[in-house]
Amino acid sequence: MLDKKLVRHVAQLAKLEFDDATLEKFTSQLDEIIQMENELTKLDTTGVAPTTHIARQETALRPDQPQPTQTREQLLQNVPEQQAGYVKVPSILDNGEDAQ
Amino acid sequence: MNYFDETIASVHQKLANRQLSVAELNQATIQRIQQLNPTLNSFLAVNDQPVPETSVDSEQLLAGIPLAIKDNILTKQLKTTAASKILSNFQSVYESTVTTKLLAAGMHNIGKTNMDEFAMGSSSENSAFGPVKNPWNLQKVPGGSSGGSAAAVAAGEVLAALGTDTGGSVRQPASFNGVFGIKPTYGRVSRWGVIAFCSSMDQVGVLSRHVADSALILQTMAGYDPHDNTSSSQPVPNFSAINADVRGLKIAVPDEFMGDGVAPGVRQQVQHALDLLAAQGAQIDTVQLPHAQYAVQVYYIIASSEASSNLQRYDGIRYGYRSTEVQNLEDVYVHSRSEGFGDEVKRRIMLGTFALSAGYYDAYFNKAAQVRTLINQDFEKVFQNYDLIVGPTAPTTAFDLGSRIDDPVVMYMNDILTIPANLAGLPAASVPVGLADGMPVGVQLIAPAFGEQTIFNTAQVLENETNFLAQRPQIGGQN
Repeated sequence: MLDKKLVRHVAQLAKLEFDDATLEKFTSQLDEIIQMENELTKLDTTGVAPTTHIARQETALRPDQPQPTQTREQLLQNVPEQQAGYVKVPSILDNGEDAQ
Repeated sequence: MNYFDETIASVHQKLANRQLSVAELNQATIQRIQQLNPTLNSFLAVNDQPVPETSVDSEQLLAGIPLAIKDNILTKQLKTTAASKILSNFQSVYESTVTTKLLAAGMHNIGKTNMDEFAMGSSSENSAFGPVKNPWNLQKVPGGSSGGSAAAVAAGEVLAALGTDTGGSVRQPASFNGVFGIKPTYGRVSRWGVIAFCSSMDQVGVLSRHVADSALILQTMAGYDPHDNTSSSQPVPNFSAINADVRGLKIAVPDEFMGDGVAPGVRQQVQHALDLLAAQGAQIDTVQLPHAQYAVQVYYIIASSEASSNLQRYDGIRYGYRSTEVQNLEDVYVHSRSEGFGDEVKRRIMLGTFALSAGYYDAYFNKAAQVRTLINQDFEKVFQNYDLIVGPTAPTTAFDLGSRIDDPVVMYMNDILTIPANLAGLPAASVPVGLADGMPVGVQLIAPAFGEQTIFNTAQVLENETNFLAQRPQIGGQN
């Protein structure tokens, strides 16, 4: 059974936040999805190997040689905030008035 | 441009014979899109730049042919938004491998198609830029997530469009719109430059009215790509050499695909298609895929887990939307993501983060990965004795707009017949075969890995025998 406390914890892990009404809605929707997922417990999977990928291609190796890719200007083209060729972000520590 | 009476080959003929110029074709296509888009909302961006006048020689089969491209495939012309607010201003600095190959063959990027945000959805209602409408009935969804691509092809805006298929996102909208749509074998096509959702299942596919058009496009864009280590070095056959012959073909119909969950009108059309194949000499038997009933449960854990990881990159730092309501770096991450993603994307990130989190990993992610193995083994067993699995593509025809969007579990269950092929990485297609209550029904063909040719051959028989292409949708079909 999913409760709001757990959903709030998961949101924190996922770097998302919800207002109370949305948290309420998501808790009940996710709970319903998890109820559906619990049907998997009916199956005995003892000793079954998990499948995490289905690529049929063997890993290809290549010499580690430098190759030209995008330029700095191209890579900065979509950066929302930048200065003098650098990506700009706010200070890492809280900038609020009650900062300790 | 009236594409209803054309194929890529017939338009190519006109271009090569100088009956039609590349610029005229481009202009006529743009006009038609601009005329229909306010009604259908199938395109997010249209490339209205005039194309240079070039002559087309008889070897260049795709030269000058306009191609619609799903908006989660990176292109240097036009923005790539994945129908998300978080990428609403994103201009790619590089071109995906699939479009690089098709542009090199002379195709023209005519526009980017609408879709469910980040390809998460089955109705194209989860777009940040408004829902797509079904050209057969504007009250109905076009399916999803490649709903814009399917509606564009169905309404005759283009001859062909690219889609992506992670759990049925090419096949289900193809079925709902009465067009052909194929998802190739996992690895057949490079994923380089395709916005990642679930990396162990995502594949680029093609939608077109005519089977032969998809065959030509798929063979052009397939093949090994050093940029994608999961792409396959298997030789790409000349898919266009279609042999419309099913004599002796061994077809398996899974019991589980024809059960009570499938609408009677859909079942009837699928049975009709099976009868046609039998009349053409195919051998048809009933088989079991006992674990297929768990496909939805397995898929939503695995796809959401991979999505939660793949979508971590949208943090407001290097590209995409950045919130202005910030005091510190953590706020940039949390507010940009919370304001930039829509509800369905958030739901899946949450589900995936939960399934991968400490204390729940074994019960959910690992369990789902184990059941995935059982589903794959079911397929292996059937393909020891059969060439093709056939059943419905979706349990129903297109449902009403707005009818399922608030009920995720009901929406997810709509994908139960398409998901198994993604879990197992098998090639699968939807072929239109008839109407039920005025809406198209698609038959799904699933082949063993790298068996796309069997799909094209069988689909061509169905195209010939059902004469479905004589049917025209309400919107776009009047001319």
